[in-house]
Amino acid sequence: METRSIMIVGVGGQGSLLASRLLGNVLLAQGYDVKVSEVHGMSQRGGSVVTYVKYGDEVFSPVIEKGEADVIISFEQLEAARWLPYLKKGGKLITSTRKLDPMPVITGNAEYPENIIEKIKAAGIQVTAADALSLAEEAGNPKASNVVLMGVVAASTDFDDKLWQDAIEQCVPPKFLELNKKAFELGRKAAV
Amino acid sequence: MKKLMLGNAAFARGLYEAGVTVVSSYPGTPSTEITEFAAEYDEIYAEWAPNEKVAMEVALGASIAGSRSFCGMKHVGLNVAADPLYTASYTGVNGGMVIAVADDPGMHSSQNEQDSRHHAIASKVLMLEPSDSAECKEFTKTAFELSEKFDTPVIVRMSTRVAHSQSAVELCDRAEPKQKEYVKDPQKYVMMPAFARGRHVFVEERTQKLIEYAETSPLNKVIDNGGDVGIITSGVSYQYAREAMGNNASYLKLGIVNPLPVKLIKDFCAKYKKVYVIEELDDIIESHCKKLGLDVVGKELFGYIGEISQAIVAEKLLGKKNEFTAFDGNVPVRPPVMCAGCPHRGLFYCLSKNKIRVSGDIGCYTLGASAPLSAMDTTICMGASISALHGFNKARGEEAEKSTVAVIGDSTFMHSGMTGLVNIAYNATNSTVIILDNSITGMTGHQQNPTTGKNLKGDPAAAVNLEELCKAIGIKRVRVVDPYNLAETEAAIKEELAVSEPSVIISRRPCALLKYVKHKPALKVVTDNCKGCKMCLKLGCPAISVRDGKAVIDHTQCVGCGICSEVCKFGAISE
Repeated sequence: METRSIMIVGVGGQGSLLASRLLGNVLLAQGYDVKVSEVHGMSQRGGSVVTYVKYGDEVFSPVIEKGEADVIISFEQLEAARWLPYLKKGGKLITSTRKLDPMPVITGNAEYPENIIEKIKAAGIQVTAADALSLAEEAGNPKASNVVLMGVVAASTDFDDKLWQDAIEQCVPPKFLELNKKAFELGRKAAV
Repeated sequence: MKKLMLGNAAFARGLYEAGVTVVSSYPGTPSTEITEFAAEYDEIYAEWAPNEKVAMEVALGASIAGSRSFCGMKHVGLNVAADPLYTASYTGVNGGMVIAVADDPGMHSSQNEQDSRHHAIASKVLMLEPSDSAECKEFTKTAFELSEKFDTPVIVRMSTRVAHSQSAVELCDRAEPKQKEYVKDPQKYVMMPAFARGRHVFVEERTQKLIEYAETSPLNKVIDNGGDVGIITSGVSYQYAREAMGNNASYLKLGIVNPLPVKLIKDFCAKYKKVYVIEELDDIIESHCKKLGLDVVGKELFGYIGEISQAIVAEKLLGKKNEFTAFDGNVPVRPPVMCAGCPHRGLFYCLSKNKIRVSGDIGCYTLGASAPLSAMDTTICMGASISALHGFNKARGEEAEKSTVAVIGDSTFMHSGMTGLVNIAYNATNSTVIILDNSITGMTGHQQNPTTGKNLKGDPAAAVNLEELCKAIGIKRVRVVDPYNLAETEAAIKEELAVSEPSVIISRRPCALLKYVKHKPALKVVTDNCKGCKMCLKLGCPAISVRDGKAVIDHTQCVGCGICSEVCKFGAISE
């Protein structure tokens, strides 16, 4: 199988590392060769962050370049717009409707673009949008938005549910397991 | 069993399987997790040293004592540890000794983009370079065997993409090599001129043997797909080349990047019409080839700056470019910022408000340089804030002393800041140094340090008392402020700048991300009181923004630190 590429983008602190590890574990359990590339250090502090997940028979490069991603999963609207050029022709965007002002917008030096999701759809791109924050709050903690979004992703794949459940158990501390499983379920239902 | 592992976790697994018993490191992105993962194995003693020089000397001591040892650091950390490295090359080892150095092409989290291979060449030690997690583990184990066989420390060079990518790793059992006997051997371990001369002869002979080894080592691999195009590469660049060119090129993948083989490279070049060298940062392999009179193409296509990628290789070698759709509109940048509730914010607000010159340092607080705080004039390297302030003040005199401060974190102060403070006391400038004590090493992801009272394993440890240390150094004026209290902090800065003697202000409050830190409920804006003056935006807090002319606070981010309510003149922010 040719290598497939998924990008997870968002704002540092939104939990993209956990999301990419979940996905990576599911794909490995599915029997694929997998590479997951993360960003640590300074960019994690509220900056724009991106993780790459690639899978197939044999994956070489751990990174994804412009026009290469089959799917982009975005935790925030502006980040969806920023990383859009990385989507390949015919690729799919799954995004949270969450908006977080970056510092240049806060300080009044730039404006947050309007109607981001509509504009991306108008460009002919297939978009699934979900209010991950509200669903995470419904599950009990706004921080679980990342796992909500993975539920949305799960709804669009045909991987066995057990693989996802196992991956959640592997990647989440026991204390937060129930919360995250609930968040995952809410995401999956929202996508249908 | 195959497991998805971060390159750094696989490296740590390699340490475990190789039977390492002593690990000493200083954190630095992208190397930090090697030591954190190593500490999770009960069989390994692992510690955070105050800096990389200390760490390497600890590892060398353990090696001389007969155990397999390790130290890890980022590229700039190897500069700090260069002194022991260059002589460890002469002493060689007893138990195997491996050094991890993690380069950061693209500067994801670094102040420069140096290529650590230069240190291996200059210190004449063996350097290996893995290209994925499986190799991180295997190369580490091999590095220990080679270290003992050739009597040399071995550097394993990592890069951000290898260190922080996860790929599948096959786990093996731990070897338990017997601790080697320690025999007193001053001619090998006492590097005074008479003995060091003898060891230099040994080092040169060793290099010749290592070159011979590199000619046939399985670490250097030829993947012959026939055709006209050959690519010489190493590390993650190999992965980029392989993805872009597939079976349309042949590869010489070098796992040993110092010393480089001669015959192997000549034979490879002879087989292909066109040979490219693909390497990030400097032209180490390319220069080696050109010195051998070989016609290769490298930096004229790929340059010396930043990361390479499969797209760059495809564009340069095949003229291929991917199609893509850009967003229709302007996308504002999103630079990293201090977190909501970050204790550094209050301090930097006071510095910014009073237009004070700031000699900065390396850590989360380097973000104080960004708008809207913009309160930093210089950032050079670990510890430089204090020594550079002294130099600045010596050059410009009283005017500078009254208007310039140094800022440095607790961990950075222990790393190499305190020697600068000794210099301020000893050589007398009326300098004002602010230690930002957030009780943790923040930027690299919460590592303990000598001031926190805990060791790497989280057990209680001796804690350096910063106040007493500064006094013992000779600074009489030492005071502590709470950076959440803006009035107190601002007054302290003004007073200490005004006095005619050196002083230290310790701005003390734990990092807001620490698990034990209790947060207050999110603050709210009393909309009727808000005049839309945007004073609160001057704090650069990611939780505050303005909608329809009024401030709003994002309740998912706000931790109730309260400094915005201190700057609001209209009482519009409340609990």
